[in-house]
Amino acid sequence: MKGMSQIVKVIAELVKDFIILFGIYIILNGHLSPGGGFAGGVIIAASYILVTLAFGRERAMKELSERGSHLLDNFGVLLFWTVAVLGWLIPGQAFFSNFIQRFAPGSPYNILTSGIILVCNIAIGIKVGASLFSVFTALAHFEPPLKGDDEE
Amino acid sequence: MIEFILLLLLIFMIVGALFVIEMDNLLSTAVVMGTIGIGLSVAFLFLGAPDLAIVEIVVDVISLIILIRATINRDIKEKAEESTSMISRIPLLVIVVIFFIFTYNVFQHLPAFGNPSFAGNPLAPSNIYLRDGLSKTGASNIVAAIILDFRAYDTLGEATVLFTSIIGALSVLRLFSRKRKEKEDK
Repeated sequence: MKGMSQIVKVIAELVKDFIILFGIYIILNGHLSPGGGFAGGVIIAASYILVTLAFGRERAMKELSERGSHLLDNFGVLLFWTVAVLGWLIPGQAFFSNFIQRFAPGSPYNILTSGIILVCNIAIGIKVGASLFSVFTALAHFEPPLKGDDEE
Repeated sequence: MIEFILLLLLIFMIVGALFVIEMDNLLSTAVVMGTIGIGLSVAFLFLGAPDLAIVEIVVDVISLIILIRATINRDIKEKAEESTSMISRIPLLVIVVIFFIFTYNVFQHLPAFGNPSFAGNPLAPSNIYLRDGLSKTGASNIVAAIILDFRAYDTLGEATVLFTSIIGALSVLRLFSRKRKEKEDK
């Protein structure tokens, strides 16, 4: 796939960074207003999907390679599990207890408040964005095996 | 008023679903499926769940793009429709009638629309979450406070299920099979 027309390319070049910015806003404000890690991650993945559709696969792979998206996917899940197990390791706290909020509570309605909820939102956002983009590339460029392939 | 709007949205979504089943062209089926998602998103908005509405509309757009990208430029073999006789439809009709009788009885016992049945109990979890949510977690969005603090274990399992399913999809859909690579090495 070579990409779309010149108009689509110019508009995609203009808006792709703003879509990522909006996704980051949704993730970071997940504990204050509607939204959260899942919705923000899908919006970030939508930006890379727009680049793939407008410019073709090679350009999107230059911005976020297949290996890079797999690494980010694993990093998100690991961060989530690390936060969960850390609450278990700290004495006096239970599995998945909100230890940051216990020891350093922020003032309500600020960005830096609510402890692990913010960290978990960021982890889910990274994970969902990277994994949806990698699934899109795999589905969009999947070619069913040809009949004469085995005899080659 | 809100029940009337929800009824209209439900009828809209059911009509869209009927179109999805009956259409011949695969690409227009994928497009019509988008209307169901939009109807569901607006319904969530009217029911007072903006978090779900955002997730629904975004996931719907992405899945629509993936479906269109996957179905376009694909020649799908057409299959001749099998003629169904009246006798083969009798079991289906019987099941539908039994289903409607049972669901009618079940719906008679449900609490009225917009009337939370557990809220009268002071020990109900929803009351505790709403009362102590902000002071215990510091999150003003009560949905985030519940899914990532009170019920975070559930979300952890959800994220792990998503991770596992992504691994499965990628290993099935990978571009080059290992066997073919071994052949190239020879």
